[in-house]
Amino acid sequence: MIDTAAMLKAFNAHRGDAIVVPGRGGKHWVHISGEPHLDLPMGDPAMGGHSGFAFGLALAQPKRRVVLFDSEGDLQMSLGILLTIAELRPANFYHFLLDNECYATTGGQPVPNAKNVDYAMMAKAAGYPRTYAFSELDKVSAALPEILGQPGPVFVAMKVNPDIENKPIGDRVRWRTRGWTQVIADLQRKIGIAA
Amino acid sequence: MNDGAPAHLSPETVLAQLKKHGVTHVVWLPDSETNWLYLLMKAEPSLTLVPVPREGMACSIAAGLAAGGSVPVILVQNTGLMESGDSIRGWLFGLEIPVVYMVGMRGWNRHGPPTADTASVYTEPFLNAFRINYYLVESDADVSRISHAFEEAKRSKRPVAVLVGDEYHGFNK
Repeated sequence: MIDTAAMLKAFNAHRGDAIVVPGRGGKHWVHISGEPHLDLPMGDPAMGGHSGFAFGLALAQPKRRVVLFDSEGDLQMSLGILLTIAELRPANFYHFLLDNECYATTGGQPVPNAKNVDYAMMAKAAGYPRTYAFSELDKVSAALPEILGQPGPVFVAMKVNPDIENKPIGDRVRWRTRGWTQVIADLQRKIGIAA
Repeated sequence: MNDGAPAHLSPETVLAQLKKHGVTHVVWLPDSETNWLYLLMKAEPSLTLVPVPREGMACSIAAGLAAGGSVPVILVQNTGLMESGDSIRGWLFGLEIPVVYMVGMRGWNRHGPPTADTASVYTEPFLNAFRINYYLVESDADVSRISHAFEEAKRSKRPVAVLVGDEYHGFNK
């Protein structure tokens, strides 16, 4: 199992000027990123939509890499998005999956068929031209230059430790410091599409 | 509109509206009557078609497109609109996405009792529950309502719906 924060630190060394949608890795990424206005830490506007949101960004900004850290619970809610992404094939889209095998934010209940599903194979079958699967930090860290150095779309499944939260939502640390519209406005100014 | 006149909403009219308002991407899942519109959109070089296998996905894709500076429109059937409730709430209202929802009105019948298909019966109550304003378009004479929808979406930073009430004989020539 991979420690999500350690993996994100390894990724940060290769991030460049990519737009990053950190998904449920956001609570770690906001403390790691050196380019917060290129980040879209959305929290959870509606579960299942991170992949679509990042994919839409990639279509709109084809000259800039867009990196998504999706999660398996989100992806299970919208598996068909793999087909749409594979059809449009955005060469700037890098789709990482944080697979902790559970719904960590609701107490750690397993997702359907948590132990047996092969997400990289599903992405490959959907039509992604490149896919990877990792369960060890040193291997994914070593592969990052290759993963990010070639055109997308690419799918990278990673088995990660669950950061299970059992506190009532009101008692949890609030890691998002900007609202959704502010996050988008900051990005648009940073990439020069808004005043 | 005169009840006795044949209703015709031509796909050329719809396409002209998309171009007029600078639409770059059509995120869509077709219904049984929009094939001719599909062929026109596919041939239009200024549009990218983004097909989705389930309508709720269209909301987050449209949100990402808009955040990145593109101008999406969502084109789905009313059945798919209703499937998309939580995604509309979170991704469109939450992120204040100005997007026009073009909704094919399956089951729509303005000439008396509803059809056996219940989809249109629930569409307007659904839109009202989500506080989504909407404009009914049944023929080319209604085309200005599509412009109203685009302008309102842009001004209010909200989704606005265009209900396409010509399902049975409009697009399918």
